Amino acid sequence: MTTRSKLHTQIDRLNESLIDICNTVKEAIELATAAFINKDIELAHQVLEIEREINQKEKDIESLCFKLLLQQQPVARDFRFISATLKMITDMERIGDQASDIAEICIELANEPYIKPNLDQVSQMAEAAIKMVQDSISAVINHDKTLARAVIKYDQVVDDLFESMKDELFALILADVQNGRQALDLLMIAKYYERIGDHAVNIAEWALYSITGTKKPEKKKKPAPVGNGEVK
Amino acid sequence: MADFSVKNLNLYYDGVQALHDINIDIPEKRIVAFIGPSGCGKSTFLRTLNRMNDIIEKCKITGEVLLDGENIYDKKVDVNLLRKRVGMVFQKPNPCPMSIYDNVAFGPRTHGIRKKAELDEIVERSLQNAALWEETKDRLKKSAFGLSGGQQQRLCIARTLAVEPEVLLLDEPTSALDPISTTKIEELLMTLRKTYSIIIVTHNMQQANRISDDTAFFLMGELIEFNKTSTLFSIPSDKRTENYITGRFG
Repeated sequence: MTTRSKLHTQIDRLNESLIDICNTVKEAIELATAAFINKDIELAHQVLEIEREINQKEKDIESLCFKLLLQQQPVARDFRFISATLKMITDMERIGDQASDIAEICIELANEPYIKPNLDQVSQMAEAAIKMVQDSISAVINHDKTLARAVIKYDQVVDDLFESMKDELFALILADVQNGRQALDLLMIAKYYERIGDHAVNIAEWALYSITGTKKPEKKKKPAPVGNGEVK
Repeated sequence: MADFSVKNLNLYYDGVQALHDINIDIPEKRIVAFIGPSGCGKSTFLRTLNRMNDIIEKCKITGEVLLDGENIYDKKVDVNLLRKRVGMVFQKPNPCPMSIYDNVAFGPRTHGIRKKAELDEIVERSLQNAALWEETKDRLKKSAFGLSGGQQQRLCIARTLAVEPEVLLLDEPTSALDPISTTKIEELLMTLRKTYSIIIVTHNMQQANRISDDTAFFLMGELIEFNKTSTLFSIPSDKRTENYITGRFG
């Protein structure tokens, strides 16, 4: 029987709040992406609203974490989960900001045709970023360190997409210098997705801390030195 | 040197086993905390370290408790000398019904010190080491019962220090004290760590976390985990330790 039922009930509440803010963040990225691809200003304005919602959720979770640390003085896995949550929500809030930044560029570009006809890379970056955010939260909720490590590895997919989009935009500028201004806006959008991937990596690292007590993925053991290990 | 090495220790009260095969090496000049639920054997184990269980009838002990390599349960060991080396402070302050000065001088007198100048020096040094000198230097001849609970407990520590022990055993020394007195005792213990080996039994896990270097978790007479305090309270290696310290049972 648990002797600290109040703490554990509130930790369950914290779990639910984390899932909730994750879903809101996911919605913000999805809507920002749809707003960009479909040139939908209404959706872009919705993202700005959602960003404020995320900020409020971050504040609520933060105050619950402070309250639990102050009143319950948790230790071991409870302490790790609460302190990791405090760090993860900062990254969630930053992801919300980046979705909102994407939406703002969408509003600015709404009345001009895109210089880049194929927007698949943007959709792919959004999909990859959403997957990373979802998986990192799933890792912390389900104590799944393998999933957390997979998120950290998956960042390369977003980075590669960013590099490929950067090359394409550079080629468009070279082809016609008039493309330059919009190319920079599109590059900013790509960079925001790439940053979302980085925040998801931070979340995954804190998930690892919550599960194992250390942030870094376990290093592979070096093979034992031959003989006495001395360098001759 | 004052390090304990306990090997295969079993303890029985009237045939009922209270400690099961305890093996632990306790290094010197550190604060080591013993934690665990009531009845887990932590105080019983503490008392085996200066043979306080000897006075309990039908108490049988097997195994070894080595202090600096010497088994303290060896027949040739002088128990009085052992208790001089390994002093003990109890849960409730228990000053003797005499003056503050005489309380502190009691131990040294028992061990043969008679010269007043020498006793004066011991009393002052012990009270200073127990962070009580400034509060008592003008009332040394007054009854120890006139002191507050926290002061009485520091007097008991001074009384223990007066015989120049190497190890201090403390059995829940602050559980009867208010938070300010508790803080003073904790600060005192952290200062004394430089000179003495300190072993403290505490029910207060925050206290163990705050002041100790190493923590041992006991459960049903078994030593479950002995680890660095920072590790035990953040990444305990045994599930039972984690369940106890996070309040999932106990």
